[in-house]
Amino acid sequence: MPFIVELIISLLIVIGGLFLLIGSFGMLKLRELLPRLHAPTKATTVGVGGVLIASMLFFWVERGHFTIHELLITLFLFLTAPITANLIAKAYMLLNVDPHTDLPPSEQNEGWATFDPVGPEGYDPSEEYEEKES
Amino acid sequence: MIDYALNFGFICVSLALLMNLWRLTIGPTTADRILAVDTMTINAIALLVMYGIAKGTSMYFEGALLLAMFGFVSTVAYCKFILRGDIIE
Repeated sequence: MPFIVELIISLLIVIGGLFLLIGSFGMLKLRELLPRLHAPTKATTVGVGGVLIASMLFFWVERGHFTIHELLITLFLFLTAPITANLIAKAYMLLNVDPHTDLPPSEQNEGWATFDPVGPEGYDPSEEYEEKES
Repeated sequence: MIDYALNFGFICVSLALLMNLWRLTIGPTTADRILAVDTMTINAIALLVMYGIAKGTSMYFEGALLLAMFGFVSTVAYCKFILRGDIIE
């Protein structure tokens, strides 16, 4: 294996490992869940991405034929990471956030979707807030 | 040189998994635990791929792909269960 390819593969593995470590450290260090959600995205994109590209290059040089099936995992993680983050944030808000005190009025005919999936007939949350303020 | 890089990567991912386990243990909310398990899945994918490079076989790639899919499905299922009290309505 040529030296320059070996260097590139090693660098990609080291960068990927460091980013995975930083992502998990951020998840441990940040104070609340909503800032904490931000940390593991680094692990998802650069961490796993670097390791997978290293694997792709390694098997390309070793076996002699080029395959991109490692990119399937990257593609899948890129597609699913926003959905996961959205659902975790919704679960957190449902359990730990009070919509009447912590959130602004939705200014629609129904409340925020997480707390009020099916708005009742004629429900107007803005009246509720006006009553609270007066 | 790849061996040294792989050893470094194994150490990094193992530390990351330990940190995730710590977050899974102390919580404090349910959503924190879901996030910890989701991050553990991502770290496990990276660990499997690196193990595949170390062993020189692409057999572990299928395992990593399965782990990616089931990690997503389990996270979504748990979140839906908390949100609606049911998974498939």
